[in-house]
Amino acid sequence: MFSNRLFNILVPIISVLLGLISGAIIMLIFGYNPIAGFAALWNGAFGDAYFFGETIRQVTPYILSGLAVAFALRSGLLNIGVEGQVFMGWLASVWIGISFELPMILHLPLAILAAAIAGAFWGFIPGLLKAKLGVHEVIVTIMMNYIALYLSNSIVRNLLSDGADRTENVAATASLQSNWLAEMTFYSRIHYGFIVALLMALVMWFIINRTTTGFELRSVGFNQHASKYAGMNVSKNIILAMVISGAFAGLAGAMEGLGTFGFMSIKSGFTNIGFDGIAVALLGANTAFGVILAAFLFGILKIGALNMPTAAGVPTELVEIIIALIIFFVASSYMIRWVILRFKKEGK
Amino acid sequence: MEIIELISRILGASVVFATPLIFTALGGVFSERSGVINIGLEGLMIMGAFVAIVSNLTFYSVFGSATPIVSLIIAMVVSAIFALVHAVASITFRADQVVSGVAINFLALGIGLFLTKQWYDKGQTDFIESPIYSSNVPLLNKIPILGDMFFTGWYWTSYLAIALAFLVWFIIFKTPFGLRLRSVGEHPMAADTNGINVYKMRYIGVMLSGAFGGLGGAVYALTVTHNFSHGTIVGQGFIALAAVIFGKWHPLGALGAAIFFGFAQSLSIVSSDIALLENVPSVFMLIAPYVLTILALAGFIGRAEAPKSLGEAYVKGNR
Repeated sequence: MFSNRLFNILVPIISVLLGLISGAIIMLIFGYNPIAGFAALWNGAFGDAYFFGETIRQVTPYILSGLAVAFALRSGLLNIGVEGQVFMGWLASVWIGISFELPMILHLPLAILAAAIAGAFWGFIPGLLKAKLGVHEVIVTIMMNYIALYLSNSIVRNLLSDGADRTENVAATASLQSNWLAEMTFYSRIHYGFIVALLMALVMWFIINRTTTGFELRSVGFNQHASKYAGMNVSKNIILAMVISGAFAGLAGAMEGLGTFGFMSIKSGFTNIGFDGIAVALLGANTAFGVILAAFLFGILKIGALNMPTAAGVPTELVEIIIALIIFFVASSYMIRWVILRFKKEGK
Repeated sequence: MEIIELISRILGASVVFATPLIFTALGGVFSERSGVINIGLEGLMIMGAFVAIVSNLTFYSVFGSATPIVSLIIAMVVSAIFALVHAVASITFRADQVVSGVAINFLALGIGLFLTKQWYDKGQTDFIESPIYSSNVPLLNKIPILGDMFFTGWYWTSYLAIALAFLVWFIIFKTPFGLRLRSVGEHPMAADTNGINVYKMRYIGVMLSGAFGGLGGAVYALTVTHNFSHGTIVGQGFIALAAVIFGKWHPLGALGAAIFFGFAQSLSIVSSDIALLENVPSVFMLIAPYVLTILALAGFIGRAEAPKSLGEAYVKGNR
């Protein structure tokens, strides 16, 4: 009765609902009004043009980091290293942005391309190790995250500035920022990057669903041995999947470097764009369209949450718990399937 | 004489950083030997650190000088229960173990910060009144040279960590329980056929990792940071996971790897005192542990063999 397709749509929706209900229960336990809490969250994301602009600003890198994780997952690889690839992309885009004087038509694409290449390179290393030596990509990418963090901090301090905590702003010819959009949204940090993000979602959909390469990548994700037997080059596809995944992640970094901030600063810890991308991809069922929807949901939750302490007295961190629970529910989809099937049986 | 002083300083600093890693890595060994990947070690450490700080602040008036020990025990128990979430999701509900572990990390930080806001009305807790202090071992610290190196100014938890590593080695490799735990991680169906309850063993493995991970986080909080905030545990859990793999899933290997990582971390702090390392940019010291782990994994330092069924949910009756 229930097709797989329907399950794939039902599971994320039920997971989100369960996550939100859990959030409401937590609010009740701690004596908050859940309706006021969620109303504050909604207003915090859509209340006026400024909040809306900020929400879009947050959604932009989420789409790209979600695409990065989803693309690798389609080939059976878990890229936890999106975080590090974001750092490298951020660094590369800002580096190009501050060190050249070019007309915009060359400068901006060059900076964005540099970010994609830097991210791709950071994905290439774990891909190569996985393909040639069978090293588990999860551990390597975790390690690569830390290397990226410390390396980019050091480069910002020693090469891109004179021992300062941040670089100078990127040249206007390499910036994604837009006065027009900012004015329209009461000077939120919204930028043209979301066009890039949506375009990339289209690119991912096209590669995965409409090209031979995409077919091979998916095939390797389903069954490496069968793919090899069918004459596909498994190693090549693993490396390619990590490289493309890393390129998406690098672009997410460019969104921050060229759009939101316009510079790179020394970071004491991770940005969480990459880690949240894992949640986005899982919830979006690893499809391009699903990733966009999931990125919007998490962007709304994150930005809306900032309004919760002032409007309803609820600590912002509640949203982190809700997001964690949503991931749990999606991951435990076996449980949701089992419950649905149980109900079906009893209904008969 | 100066060189001995220097060595004992480096050793002391290494051990301070290594101790929480040893505890947590031992927990990781338990979980992964039973066949369950535990990326959630970071979250378990966060939970342990949070609970230890809160119970230390709350119960100081009751237990006085025994507070640190009480806090450690509470942290272990709560983290073991918290690890149940990972166990239920990944063993019973067959969730992807890596994803479930990632969710554990999110959840622990979310809960910790949410409750901190709730109870203390700010982003971090107060500083505790009863941390664990470093001390000298009486008599033994009088031994020339060795006394300075190993028995002066260490925390008692460091000795506990090293002793536990040997205890865990004994449990995993010399007892029937350890044999069952390992068999469940290598070939769950064979174990099941021989009457071992695969699910029970895996639950025990994950809960032990919760207890040890919690202890690791608690020790870090009580010896190093003395309060809880979003920056208390940043990555130590992942380093502990690296230590598990670097140590080839062996308790004593994990011990060695953890001490090595502690040493690498302390180097970036004390390297300014060492003439040889003075001119090496600190970034190389910072990334050294991670680069070495990748090299180790790539087989340059000997091949690491993971438990055979690591990461696979066991479904009764499937072949």
